[in-house]
Amino acid sequence: MAFEPVIGIEVHAQLKTNTKLFCGCPTTFGQATNSHVCPVCLGLPGALPVLNRQTVLFAIRAGLALNCQIQPQSVFARKNYFYPDLPKGYQISQFDLPLCTGGYVDIVVDGQPKRIGVTRIHMEEDAGKLLHQGAEAISGATHSLVDLNRACTPLIEIVSEPDIRSAQEAKIYVETLKQILEHIGVCDGNLEEGSLRADANVSIRPVGQDAFGTKTEVKNLNSFRSIERAVIYEIKRQEEALGRGEAIVQQTRHYDDTTQKTRAMRSKEEAHDYRYFPDPDLLPLVVTPQQIEEVRAQLPELPQARRKRYRDLGLGEHDCETLLNDLARLAYFDACVAVKGEVAPKLIANWILGEMTAVYKEGKHGFEGSPIIPERFVAFLLLIQTDKISGKIGKELLPKLIGSTQSPSELVASLGVSQMTDTSALDGIIADILAANPDVIEKVKSGKTNAADFLIGQVMKQTRGQAKPDLVRELIHQKIQSL
Amino acid sequence: MSFLETSLSELRQKLKNRSLRAVDLVKTALGQVQRVEPQVKGVLHILEERALAQAAQIDAALDRGEVLSPFAGIPIAIKDNLCLTGTKTTCASKILENFVAPYTATAVQNVLDAGLIPVVKTNMDEFAMGSSNENSAFFTTQNPWDLTRVPGGSSGGSAAVVAAGEVPLSLGSDTGGSIRQPAAFCGIVGVKPTYGRVSRYGLVAFASSLDQIGPFARTVEDAALLMNVICGHDAKDSTSATVGKEDFTATLNHPISGLRIGVPKELFGDSIAPEIREAVSKALDFFKANGASWSWTTMSSFEAAVSTYYILAPAEASANLARFDGVRYGYRHADSANLKEMFMKSRGEGFGPEVKRRILLGTYVLSSGYYDAYYVRAQKIRQWIRHDFAQVFNEFDVILTPTTPNVAFKFGENAGDPVKMYLEDIATIPVNLAGVPGMSLPCGFSNGLPIGMQLIGKSFDEATLFRLGHFYQQHTDFHTQVPAWLKKGA
Repeated sequence: MAFEPVIGIEVHAQLKTNTKLFCGCPTTFGQATNSHVCPVCLGLPGALPVLNRQTVLFAIRAGLALNCQIQPQSVFARKNYFYPDLPKGYQISQFDLPLCTGGYVDIVVDGQPKRIGVTRIHMEEDAGKLLHQGAEAISGATHSLVDLNRACTPLIEIVSEPDIRSAQEAKIYVETLKQILEHIGVCDGNLEEGSLRADANVSIRPVGQDAFGTKTEVKNLNSFRSIERAVIYEIKRQEEALGRGEAIVQQTRHYDDTTQKTRAMRSKEEAHDYRYFPDPDLLPLVVTPQQIEEVRAQLPELPQARRKRYRDLGLGEHDCETLLNDLARLAYFDACVAVKGEVAPKLIANWILGEMTAVYKEGKHGFEGSPIIPERFVAFLLLIQTDKISGKIGKELLPKLIGSTQSPSELVASLGVSQMTDTSALDGIIADILAANPDVIEKVKSGKTNAADFLIGQVMKQTRGQAKPDLVRELIHQKIQSL
Repeated sequence: MSFLETSLSELRQKLKNRSLRAVDLVKTALGQVQRVEPQVKGVLHILEERALAQAAQIDAALDRGEVLSPFAGIPIAIKDNLCLTGTKTTCASKILENFVAPYTATAVQNVLDAGLIPVVKTNMDEFAMGSSNENSAFFTTQNPWDLTRVPGGSSGGSAAVVAAGEVPLSLGSDTGGSIRQPAAFCGIVGVKPTYGRVSRYGLVAFASSLDQIGPFARTVEDAALLMNVICGHDAKDSTSATVGKEDFTATLNHPISGLRIGVPKELFGDSIAPEIREAVSKALDFFKANGASWSWTTMSSFEAAVSTYYILAPAEASANLARFDGVRYGYRHADSANLKEMFMKSRGEGFGPEVKRRILLGTYVLSSGYYDAYYVRAQKIRQWIRHDFAQVFNEFDVILTPTTPNVAFKFGENAGDPVKMYLEDIATIPVNLAGVPGMSLPCGFSNGLPIGMQLIGKSFDEATLFRLGHFYQQHTDFHTQVPAWLKKGA
């Protein structure tokens, strides 16, 4: 029997606000344990939460970017369970009345567009971290220490509709989501560090059947690769179980990246009864249409619109995607395109993605606070576009732009590297080289036109790269034909 | 000098003209604590060092001629569920027996800023759950009027120390009557402000949607003055009302004529002791004779409120008390084999029986499958109770009831029957559910035990309660009575 996978994904994204969701503690990480804490995020007796409005604006921004309706009134609820990293014994989350509902994400799978529904986005606080002592993980540890720096940092949980039909789609969905959240500046999208966390709900059903099969929830997916592998494994596991005539057990399963398998964590019967109820310490969250419109007006360009704009600028698909995945470099590209220099965006993209990225990596420079300002870079590229220098010379020149106060054309003049476009100056050099290589001429004449590359190379060498390669090629062919 | 025989305004006058020093008042308080505590047992912690240091500062400032708040130098008692930096805040629970608060509650900070000097922290029912102080994990406070009887609760300690003249003022908290009922039992004034009037930041939560901090005093005027100090918007409490500071004494001496008083028939039936009905009726006659009017009304809220309360309050409490897990602070069972055992034993050994009962109740009503039948339905009834009050306040300015069905009962009298105990709060609980203000003040005695009447006002209209109560106290002397054994020379 052929089965069809049905997959829904829950993504937890950490909002990159400066302070926590319900107190004024900073959200910066990598600090001494329990140094960014106060009575509120420690859950001390008598402390009360106060909502950080900035987090709401970020959550609304995410909701708008994912095409959701923003609810005029949503409610914070207490999700009750005991765990040492949960200071109050409950997590403040949203339950039956979330902030955002009914959106979608458009993804592209093998060149084909597909729309994945977003059921809801709700706001909640993160828990702290347990530091297991005496072993790598909880099993084998002698005891565990609690670090509450992360407690109460703001999260949004994005719940998809069960619209995903393959592991590949699951991976692409999370990638697309990550890109959107990064582009709108609400989350830094780091799966490895946990600022973006995904859980997959996986079930399978016979092809053609409408009713859903029994699902399992797969946790601990901390890379795109593990999302894909875990879902592939889980689909296969369920197919095999059904093939053996076994029933799928509704349960939570843990994905282990080293074995690439999922294992049962807890069954439905063992699942918590979270006893959600509205948090009486917080008033309902009211958002006015005006506030929504203000957020909408400030919404940055979304990746999809950007992709289309770049394609219209003449960029290839690969360049587009490469640019979209690095926000600082992307911003630099946009700044360069905006400089009035008539330089083709394609040329700008080629140089940024190629040589400049290499040079910056080498010199440990960043595109954010770039040592070569966009105006200077565009002036440099203009020299190439107008044949003032060759691309080869350009590559040598680029690192010299850093730290120099001379303009790119001044640098070219002072280094004496402007391109030779004067045929009379090249004629003599070409004649000498042809005279020294009669065997190559014979090869070219016999139809091996590629052999001419050697001769061009010799000319470029003689001219220290200043000759324009296309011109040299043209002249050499003319000369050989006239011999 | 005695707080029982010297009025607060007299004390303030003497402090101002420097015939009395703050340090003398603190010593008077500490002396009286020393003298009566063996019988009253209302105090959990004495803040001697802290109080004397604060008094010295205030005296120095007054000596320099600085103009301080009218309360600067007056001793006060603080219920032990209010945080004060560096002092124990136990909620009369074993689970917090050694908890030292690292921060100060907003209401307590307001008290400190006004120069009031906390000298003691007071006993209470554990986590404010109870009506008799019998649920304190440490010891039971005794009613200064009859040491074989309860002082009421949960703020029994705060009421008893004022009634016994240990301090002139105290702070309590009221979730279903925890200020008004002990005020009635101890023959003093107690006020539960409108929900949102006083910041709850730093008040260890019992039921967040019902809890309010409020004052105890011997006169309505003093209670109003203390209200001036503790009220006001606080950005640290999202449920704090965005109303400005108010001077509750501004209209104290306005005439009461024309005020319309509504009296719910439901609280004048057989379930109310005859002496209490009689005392309250006399008060009604008095108000009528002085230009106010009163008439019967019916409020079915009083029938529905207790059961509604015993769903909503435990539900909230079950979550509020989840933080006491032995992980970060408070009692932890030593040598647990694993995490679950540590949670279970720490909580099992740390909480007393009434607290456990309410956590179980609350956990049950929030459980999957029961939530709609209990919690959701109770919320609907709460809405309806609010509506009921709003309707009655269309016709009346004040609702007047007995504060309690009976006077202070004997130890153990209700202890075996939680429902009977819960029904003692029938008059006070609806006020918390409606969120409106209520005040209890003495209106008589039954066999030497104080009787309290409750004035209930519209939201944010405490001023009318104070006006009516102050007028009453200008013409009656129930509030000036002192238990015989505490009288001068006794």
